Amino acid sequence: MRLDELPLNKPATIAHIGWESLDAGAARRLRALGFDEGLTIEALHHGGLVSHDPIACRIGRMTVAIRRIHASVIDVSPS
Amino acid sequence: MTALPLIALVGNPNAGKSALFNALTGARQKTGNYPGVTVERHAGRLILPDGRPAELVDLPGTYSLEPTSPDEQVTRDVITGVQAGERRPDALVIVVDAGNLDNHLRFAGELIAQGIPAIIALNMIDMAERDGLTLDPERLSADLGVPVIPTVAVRKRGVEPLKDEMLTLLGKVATSPRPLSDDFGARQRQARAIAKAAILKEAPARATTQSIDRIVLHPVAGPIILAALLFVMFQAVFAWATPFADGIDAGVSAIHDAALAALPPGIFRSFVADGLIAGVGAVIVFLPQILILFAFILVLETTGYMVRAAFLMDRLMAGVGLSGRAFIPLLSSFACAVPGIMATRTIEDPKDRLTTILIAPLMTCSARLPVYAVIIAAFIPARNVLPGIGLQGLVLFGLYLGGIVGALVAALALRRTVTKGRGMGFMMEMPRYQMPILKNLLLGLWQRAWVFLKRAGTIIAVTTMILWALLNFPRVDPASGVSQVDHSIAGHIANGLAVVVEPIGFNRDISLALIPAMAAREVAVSALATTYAIDNQDESKRDQTLGERLKGSWSLPTALAFLVWFVFAPQCISTIAVVRRETNGWRWPLFMVAYLFALAYVGAGATFWLATYLGL
Repeated sequence: MRLDELPLNKPATIAHIGWESLDAGAARRLRALGFDEGLTIEALHHGGLVSHDPIACRIGRMTVAIRRIHASVIDVSPS
Repeated sequence: MTALPLIALVGNPNAGKSALFNALTGARQKTGNYPGVTVERHAGRLILPDGRPAELVDLPGTYSLEPTSPDEQVTRDVITGVQAGERRPDALVIVVDAGNLDNHLRFAGELIAQGIPAIIALNMIDMAERDGLTLDPERLSADLGVPVIPTVAVRKRGVEPLKDEMLTLLGKVATSPRPLSDDFGARQRQARAIAKAAILKEAPARATTQSIDRIVLHPVAGPIILAALLFVMFQAVFAWATPFADGIDAGVSAIHDAALAALPPGIFRSFVADGLIAGVGAVIVFLPQILILFAFILVLETTGYMVRAAFLMDRLMAGVGLSGRAFIPLLSSFACAVPGIMATRTIEDPKDRLTTILIAPLMTCSARLPVYAVIIAAFIPARNVLPGIGLQGLVLFGLYLGGIVGALVAALALRRTVTKGRGMGFMMEMPRYQMPILKNLLLGLWQRAWVFLKRAGTIIAVTTMILWALLNFPRVDPASGVSQVDHSIAGHIANGLAVVVEPIGFNRDISLALIPAMAAREVAVSALATTYAIDNQDESKRDQTLGERLKGSWSLPTALAFLVWFVFAPQCISTIAVVRRETNGWRWPLFMVAYLFALAYVGAGATFWLATYLGL
């Protein structure tokens, strides 16, 4: 399952991040915000009534907002 | 005299660095700029426990030492000792959020490896504890190899022990930098391992923040709350400020009258009373409104709500090719475009950033408020359209909205033409909510008020004096019956300009006000005040307020066109200068000035003719 498909409030583990399909700037920033394989992640809020974009997720003890386009390269396995 | 020891505060954004800086330096602060770049330098003085003074510099909050933005470049260059205008610090205070060790320790590790004697301020320890974390500072200190001091910057907890440790640090010498692992992921994992070892007990994170977020980020309730907040903010700016503004107005009138009484009639009295006091006074009156606006923005920023607003706005911003990140610079531009444009430095994507810079002047800055306020008060009746919703406030809201809509349309057009290309999107940390600290709020307000007063005291005073001179020379013989304004230098310039602006309903007095308003928009008000003060030699009309005089000389369509002109026109030299600096050349500022003047001309013209057609 991809992060953009993960239902709200269902904790999951990051299985794989497709770093290579992100541009260098986005990848660097995603890393700096603490995204890494093996961590638990949980989608908390969706922005946009129809689009459900962006997504606010909890990663570690931080809440980070990212857009669906970036969430779509992150594979998660619900725990 | 030898230089003071230099201590740098450094850390992630949202680590509470500024609060710690305030706690350590109090009001002894200086804000400047690093040479050649537009990164602000915040420095202050602190007294060490042995009585020695030291200089404390607050470096920009960054996530790493990889230079990807001007902010990060400065932080990196200061720490490696190559930044122009700064010595290499003698000691580092690394500020980390105790509730977010996982993430902050990676950067802390990178900083420690630079070899400068360092200390960790384990900040916001109280919030971490409330969050269910029990930490072991000794373990952390042992693993990192530097002292760790728990602090609560907003309550000044841990500040004295921190100063004691600084003293020890200043006795040490820097070692050569340790090489870091090239693998970012490995550094991150190592930091997480250290964090894990230092956490004795852990409960699920952030109950309070999450329950607030469930409401304010709700897809339906969230945008409504945001809109309501902004609406209250703008109503408050008008309503709450009135008694204070009236007080200042009365004070200015008293000084004006005292000057008239004390000085002998003649050119010097006219210069002091009608030029200097009337001109500067007309602008100072708006200080209460500007402070209320700044207070709202400061509170929204320090509580952490501003990032939520960015989250809610991201979708809309994406629609016009921007990111939610642009929301914060744009919202700051409501206070002043200059800090707003400087705040675009946090936008990493160059095209996103350029687009945001180009539309920032369309956000209604506080300098337009004096103009709007005078015209609205004079031409829009003060009645309620609905209980609690005044027509005047509604018109003001409409002007702000006009700027926002104009900006969105402009962004869309720019993104398809001059700044074409895919943006990087939106990725942002959403910090915990925090209660604002009154003292820090007042400090921030004071710094902003001071900037405004300095502007009033310098740029505005100088331009009103020049305008006064342009209006008063060459002198006419009072017996000749020729108007002083018509005969003056400014009158002649304005007559030329009037031909250009006549089709959009502007009269000669407006052309006259537009010239000095290039220095700063609010000068338009003082310019009008000066013009009408000089042209009204009739003693019986002397007591009329500027609003009353305007109402007598302008039609409603002209007043509305004038308001719309100010929604769009780039009448601010400082903004143009800061755009030149931020974009490294004249190309973009000239483009911006041209497109905004064109918008202003068309918008004001359309308003004038529509209003005339409707018979207003």
